[in-house]
Amino acid sequence: MTAVLTAKDFTTSQEVRWCPGCGDFAILKTVTKMLAEVGARPETTAFISGIGCAARFPYYVETYGFHTIHGRAPAVATGLKLANPDIDVWVVTGDGDGLSIGGNHLMHALRRNVGLKILLFNNEIYGLTKGQYSPTSRVGTRSPSTPGGSIDSPLLPGQFALGAGARFFARAIDTDKVGLGDVLKQAHAFDGASMTEIFQNCIVYNEDVFADFTDRKSAADTQLRLKHGQPMLFGADNEKGMHFNTETFSLEVIDAKAHPDQVLRHDEKKKVLAQLLVELKAPMALGVIYKNPGESFEKSWYAPRKNGLKRSGSVNDALRSSNTWTVS
Amino acid sequence: MSDHISMESIVVRLAGDSGDGVQLMGSQFIASTALSGKDFATFPDYPAEIRAPLGTTFGVSAYQMNIGASPISTAGDAPDVLVAFNPAALKVSLPLLESGALIIVNSDSFTARNLTKAGYDKDPRETGALDSFQVVSVDISHLNLEAVKPYGLSKSDGGRCKNFWALGLLMWMFDRDLSPIEDWLSKKFAKKPVVKDANVTALRSGHAFGETAELSEALPRFNISTASMPAGEYRGITGAEALSLGLVAAGELADRPLLFCSYPITPASPLLHRLARLGDLGVGTFQAEDEIAAICAAIGASYGGAIGVTSSSGPGIALKTEAMGLAVNAELPLVIVNSQRGGPSTGLPTKTEQSDLYQAVYGRNADTPIPVIAARSAGDCFYTAIEAVRIALRHMTPVILLSDGYLSNAAEPWLIPDMKDIEPIASNAAPIPDDSRDTQGMAFERNPETQGRPWITPGMPELMHRLGGIEKDIDTGHISYEPENHQRMTDMRAAKVESVANFIPPQEIELGAEEGELLIIGWGSTYGPIFQAVQEILRSHRDVSYTHLRYIQPLPGNLGELAGRFKQVLVPEMNMGQLSSLLRDKLGINPTPFCKVTGLPFLISELTERIHSMLPAVVKAVNEPVAKGKAS
Repeated sequence: MTAVLTAKDFTTSQEVRWCPGCGDFAILKTVTKMLAEVGARPETTAFISGIGCAARFPYYVETYGFHTIHGRAPAVATGLKLANPDIDVWVVTGDGDGLSIGGNHLMHALRRNVGLKILLFNNEIYGLTKGQYSPTSRVGTRSPSTPGGSIDSPLLPGQFALGAGARFFARAIDTDKVGLGDVLKQAHAFDGASMTEIFQNCIVYNEDVFADFTDRKSAADTQLRLKHGQPMLFGADNEKGMHFNTETFSLEVIDAKAHPDQVLRHDEKKKVLAQLLVELKAPMALGVIYKNPGESFEKSWYAPRKNGLKRSGSVNDALRSSNTWTVS
Repeated sequence: MSDHISMESIVVRLAGDSGDGVQLMGSQFIASTALSGKDFATFPDYPAEIRAPLGTTFGVSAYQMNIGASPISTAGDAPDVLVAFNPAALKVSLPLLESGALIIVNSDSFTARNLTKAGYDKDPRETGALDSFQVVSVDISHLNLEAVKPYGLSKSDGGRCKNFWALGLLMWMFDRDLSPIEDWLSKKFAKKPVVKDANVTALRSGHAFGETAELSEALPRFNISTASMPAGEYRGITGAEALSLGLVAAGELADRPLLFCSYPITPASPLLHRLARLGDLGVGTFQAEDEIAAICAAIGASYGGAIGVTSSSGPGIALKTEAMGLAVNAELPLVIVNSQRGGPSTGLPTKTEQSDLYQAVYGRNADTPIPVIAARSAGDCFYTAIEAVRIALRHMTPVILLSDGYLSNAAEPWLIPDMKDIEPIASNAAPIPDDSRDTQGMAFERNPETQGRPWITPGMPELMHRLGGIEKDIDTGHISYEPENHQRMTDMRAAKVESVANFIPPQEIELGAEEGELLIIGWGSTYGPIFQAVQEILRSHRDVSYTHLRYIQPLPGNLGELAGRFKQVLVPEMNMGQLSSLLRDKLGINPTPFCKVTGLPFLISELTERIHSMLPAVVKAVNEPVAKGKAS
């Protein structure tokens, strides 16, 4: 009999070394709670990270954990998943780690549909190296390396993921226990590569960069919480809805009370819809934006290997498989 | 018909356009050579371009082989027989020939256009340029097309059979049985019977031509001595084949799956291709998105309990450097194969060099020691691969295995081992879970003899721990920035690599006396030419000895003492003296480097000349060196 575990069972004895007030604390708490709720086993769960503030995550989760090198976590995780596909492999990365130095690995892990649960902590800044602008920073971001404001246009993680062929893309806010908990559970259950973008508030170098939609007081009007099959409504009284304008080929906000029949329903299997949703700024789309399962890489990789990686042939025979001759 | 010319050994070179099928022709001739019980060594020499412009000198592809009584350890210096499919092939090969050599040319290709493309103003057969050679012109293209006419192939498809026509002629010259090649063609073209029949017909026609043509007067036949080799079952093997089989053998010996993660690069890719077909032997292959991903996936595989292996050539190895440091710090087993090529940068991708020795030994940030071993011959790649895995699992460390482009492609006869005779590979077992102890510390309880830690992998209950590239406490395994601890960890990592020396056999003298005037120290693929050169010099009773290194880091414990028994040490290597300076650094000796970086292996004659120059003048007449001649 395996005992029922709680969030505490997934917490290590290590002192957490993030800045006081960092959004990572909330994420850690929600993740350990989720692990307990989905019945994860510590011995078959592994957290793999790269470099950055977020990358310290594995030290604080009582499972297997591997803190690797900058940007390469998806590649290490792919090797682990191939060697042992029974392990639940989580990848913890950030906007610099996953989209700058490690962009290539993230792209290919998503394209191949390797069974990795990728958590991208996006705070639009390099925290650990003291505040330089990142590939997700908005134009004009002032930082030690861009004192006059950054000039390059930012990457949208959702566009990146969908463009790479990801079959699961979700979004949540670090402190939103319910919303984050829900997408993490769906990511856990997904067979294949899932990418969850978590808006993470860096209180030291980029405080409140997401406040325009994370502020609880105005959240009802700035957040669009998606549910598969449900109408896309928001506002204190669900008075606003999303409508697809066929002339501008874009989503627009309409009066949902006046035109209830013109409000779109969310369909997480529609990629074109997902592509429109990830570009939306106001309201900000949250929840599972795209989920369309396909066979995972490891399943296809193992398909011709009837015995897995166990050997069925003999090396002695293989050595003698070409033309041989005998000297007496 | 002329009488057979008896020879101890013979060097044959085939040369043509890269589309002429010269490599295939050579490998088939070698297969028949093997079955006839001769020793051999081959050297494929091909251009970097897949299909270089036809008829040009830079598009010439060649296959050189040395056949005869053992030991044959190089593809030979000067070809005795050259088959040139076009003027460019003749032009490129001519400087290698010594007078008296036999040249067979495909006369159909000696057109004005082809002569110009090769840079000849006039046909060299008519200018006297070939007067010192025996030249036989054969209309190979034309005769082949006539032979395959009944099969209704297009002119270009029919023309593709000409390598088998020429092979048939060669088989006649060497008295070889055609049936193994016909069997091979039947298998290869089982689904294309017309192509098979056309090639078989071309082969037989070339053979019949030798027998019946008037020109057989001019065409000699050879009787090559059979090798006296140790008894047993043999096969022909290239370095890439031996390395791939060695890796799967290591997996079986360790009873672990093997995961080979690689990114395409010349000349390392054949390893990926071969292993991709050995899935039933417990090996999985993964073609990663880049070199860094390849090594990282291999590290992930090792973390997951498989034997992670990655492979590349110099430029790709450079990209993997940071991840090697991760494997060192995480104390995970890993094998990194470097099939060295000419450099720097893109350099000479299809040519050979030994210039990544510094990179292997010193080429990482920080104090990051990694054991380095090198294979000496095609067949030795098998045992070197097993040894690399053995060290990696014993010490929980990455290991670098150095091969090179020459070894990857060179073929030789190989005495096939029985797996039962090879010692199984042990790994550091995971401990039994114990509630009273911290699992983090248990993961880093090292064996004091090897500094190897237990190989605990995800999936094992109650042994969860965290590891990474960040420095950790030597005992508890938790993150540590303590100054004293970093010193102790650095010392531990150095001690781990040094401890490898306690498990390796003492260095021995391969040829010559145990002490004396001159010691030659070799490493890697220079084994063949150095062995042959030293053997030749020893025949004239000169005072020279030879030892060859497999272990580059750490060096065998007795090497300094062994080298000290000689007045002089000479290190021939295909770089600018990298092993020489390593020996100076580690042993405090002062060897003389003998360097060659032309992208080609050493010639035996280059080595004998250099060695002679270091030996004192002979005083006594009885010790006069005998005239240099063919190895007997």
